[in-house]
Amino acid sequence: MGEASKISRYLYTVIVLFLIWLAITASLDVQELGFGLLLSLIVAAFTYEIFTTNGLANLNPKRIAYMIAYIPYFLWAMIKANLDVAYRVLHPKRPIRPGIVKCKTVLNSDVGKLALANSITLTPGTITLDVDEDEYFIHWIWVPDEALTESEEEHVKASSEGITVPFEKFLKVIFG
Amino acid sequence: MNALTAIGEALVLIGTFFYFLSALGLIRMPDVYNRMQTSTKSATLGSLGVMVGVGIWALGTDFGSAAWLTKTVVIAIFLLLTNPISAHALIRAAYKSGVPLWEGSVVDKYREHLEAKEREEVEETPAEEGGEE
Repeated sequence: MGEASKISRYLYTVIVLFLIWLAITASLDVQELGFGLLLSLIVAAFTYEIFTTNGLANLNPKRIAYMIAYIPYFLWAMIKANLDVAYRVLHPKRPIRPGIVKCKTVLNSDVGKLALANSITLTPGTITLDVDEDEYFIHWIWVPDEALTESEEEHVKASSEGITVPFEKFLKVIFG
Repeated sequence: MNALTAIGEALVLIGTFFYFLSALGLIRMPDVYNRMQTSTKSATLGSLGVMVGVGIWALGTDFGSAAWLTKTVVIAIFLLLTNPISAHALIRAAYKSGVPLWEGSVVDKYREHLEAKEREEVEETPAEEGGEE
């Protein structure tokens, strides 16, 4: 994926900043809108270089549709995670079997890897410990039997299926 | 008392329940890693519930307006994006400074990975020195 032109990256940064301004002020007054636009233009001039590398290509309708579909999916995973935590904390025997497992991902972009790491941290029983190229090291609170094999490949396959694969089908489209 | 107020109150109640679970998890879990595990998740969803709940609650009252909801949603999104990163930084720092895993832990692939890396470096170094001579 090559870098987009400077103009497109700048415009994308302005749009995102202006949307944040709209949500924070929550007012459609002309003076507020004008000042917000002015501030977005100034701040974007300083920050667009580190903010994005794809520019307006991020506003592709397919990506936005997947992003909107991802929100309820992710929130549901988070609620499940918390019910799981509730079960482990309140259960008198405290059923935990922790361990650090290794997963592989198919995502290429840095932002995608960040989003995947965040999603992993907030969903059932897993927390990201380190990311090295395409390998994720994840602390899992209940390591299932399939992941306890001696063979390295089977371990990676089993743990990836349990942790990363459910999110990748969305994040692959959103971030590439 | 209307439907919006009731929904907001229910969300705040659920959020505080998850806060309670998060605190209880800190006491009950055996080591740093499992404590991070329980406290991060519950505290994030608890905050989300409380904040969005307050926003919806304000919609149903006389003094409230839609501005409450948009602001609380923005705060909730910022929290949702930053909380897991701080958790990751803390847990990684704990591992790097040598905090041991709980004795009941079953696998530690990260140790193997780090050891394999160290071995590679040790093997590479003599070769480079040999090249210089």
